[in-house]
Amino acid sequence: MAGYLIRRGFQAIVVLFLITIFTFSLQHLVPGGAVRALIDNPRATPQQIAFYTHLYGFDRPIWVQYGKWVWQMLHGNLGYSAKNNLTVAAELALYLPKTMILVLLGTIVSLLFGIPLGLYQAVKRYTLGDYVLTGVSFVGYATPTFFVGILLVLWFSEDVKLFPAFAPQETSILGVLGDPRAFVLPVAAYAFVLYALWSRYMRSSVMDNLVQDYVRTARAKGASERRVLWTHIFRNSLTAIVTLLGLSLPTLVAGALFIEVIFNYPGMGLAFYNAALNFDYPTLLGFTVIASIATIIGNLLADISYAVLDPRVRYG
Amino acid sequence: MAIVPPPGIEPAPATLAPEVLAEPAAAGALVGSQRSLFRRGWEVFAQNRLALAGLATAVFMVLFSFVGPLFYRTDQVHTDLINALCPPSGAHLLGCDSVGYDVLGRLMIAGQTSLEVGGAAAVVAVLFGTLYGAISGFIGGPVDAILMRIVDAGLSIPYITVLVILAVIFQPTRVIMILIIAVFYWLGVARLIRGETLSLRTREYVQAVKVAGGSRMRAVVRHIVPNAIGTIIVQATFAVADSIIILASLGFLGLGIQPPDTDWGDMLSNGLSFIQSGSVPWWLIYPAGLAIIITCIAFNFIGDALRDAFETRLQRR
Repeated sequence: MAGYLIRRGFQAIVVLFLITIFTFSLQHLVPGGAVRALIDNPRATPQQIAFYTHLYGFDRPIWVQYGKWVWQMLHGNLGYSAKNNLTVAAELALYLPKTMILVLLGTIVSLLFGIPLGLYQAVKRYTLGDYVLTGVSFVGYATPTFFVGILLVLWFSEDVKLFPAFAPQETSILGVLGDPRAFVLPVAAYAFVLYALWSRYMRSSVMDNLVQDYVRTARAKGASERRVLWTHIFRNSLTAIVTLLGLSLPTLVAGALFIEVIFNYPGMGLAFYNAALNFDYPTLLGFTVIASIATIIGNLLADISYAVLDPRVRYG
Repeated sequence: MAIVPPPGIEPAPATLAPEVLAEPAAAGALVGSQRSLFRRGWEVFAQNRLALAGLATAVFMVLFSFVGPLFYRTDQVHTDLINALCPPSGAHLLGCDSVGYDVLGRLMIAGQTSLEVGGAAAVVAVLFGTLYGAISGFIGGPVDAILMRIVDAGLSIPYITVLVILAVIFQPTRVIMILIIAVFYWLGVARLIRGETLSLRTREYVQAVKVAGGSRMRAVVRHIVPNAIGTIIVQATFAVADSIIILASLGFLGLGIQPPDTDWGDMLSNGLSFIQSGSVPWWLIYPAGLAIIITCIAFNFIGDALRDAFETRLQRR
């Protein structure tokens, strides 16, 4: 286990190094160079461009720039957004908790529906209920996240004035949580897309387990159907979901972007989108690196929890 | 389009199928020796009614978008402000949008872009991903480790951030959109094909290439890739559906195909601009939204059925 952890940790560091190279080179893909991205004014004179090129060190060799960027990040300096007059770290502190609330709520709701319904589908496979729910998850798979959000707003906010079309707009976390009605639609939209994922994996995972030898053994020993289902099959099927949870972190972040844009929820996704429209590269790069680190950690946790949860999988 | 499943090319007699089911043991031997891979795949595929419905829907959407404009002629070049937002009528079957374009006609034009970009992005991503994965898996060792860490790194960056940044940096034309989607999508394909290659490279026929003095490129291109064709085609089918959704999502963010070109996502986001005013004309939202959903469900059905078809083939062998 220790050897596996070390090997896996080393891999994560290599991947992290590659990510910083990717992200760093994105900035230099901008037509006209990185300084163009920074001043973003077509009427800037050559003198001004030269001044800022020197000021921000864009005239240094590329590896020096990269080295400085990484060095600063290692010391907690993620960059400075000239457009918002805030450090990227300050922006993160502002937006990250809000995105996490949305993502957490949405994931919990989707799991609450996806796991039991996926289990139900597998137990009652090839019945009407199974077909209907399979149809629902196929629709969930094929519908763009933003369209789900739009339909919810149209149906439950405009046609029937049940819920507000905007997510909570408070600046403080407590204020955000104090407005649960406004959270219903964003969380529902977010959860629906994820639900399709969980229920489908749960269904196939339970179906795989149903035909395993250990299930037959449990039945042969005289365990009740209920015990077979909950103590044996259910627990074994959950390992797949746990792994998937870790692996789906990039999707979580991506899904949150569309939900936040539609419901104007001031989280990381909306901030990232606005930064993209404003060519605010420090924010874009900082957020990308942070989101990628979160993903790597998620993958790592998924692998480790898989090894812990499933005694058959013993690495290294 | 090349992505529409190759089994469809061969009009295998569907009447053969029940016979295969009736005598699995005897038919297994027969199938293994006489029928081609695609023929057998098609037989399994043809028994799956959902798959046939998906195939029919996909073919319909292609015909609708590419042949439809020949029969339902509309002016998609000049705006017609007098008829702006006119509700569905005899002259405009699905009404008009905010500048007077006929929505049904626009749906066809937009469908061309969506299907073209979706199909081309899928082909580019799957071709590149397949070669990358096959080469990485075949060579193995440190090269494989480095190539796969690059894929890991790519997959660790939330895809939407890369898409948004690339779409902002480059002016999105059709070709650029295809490349942007493919840049993100090939990673998953590469990882999958690499896994497949790891098991294929130890087979006798691949070893025999080496013994016979064939180059490593030959082993990859002529032996490994053709034997992973099932996985590749299934991936390509899902890739079309995903690419259409990605294109639509970028269109919604205003970062997709730019006017005068349009796609289903772009049409949707035009309709959505009315959401602030309180009443959205339904013909601006539902036709385009349904077109995306129906097309993607169709390709997902086809992909699922193809996976079953190719897996059954492997089991029977």
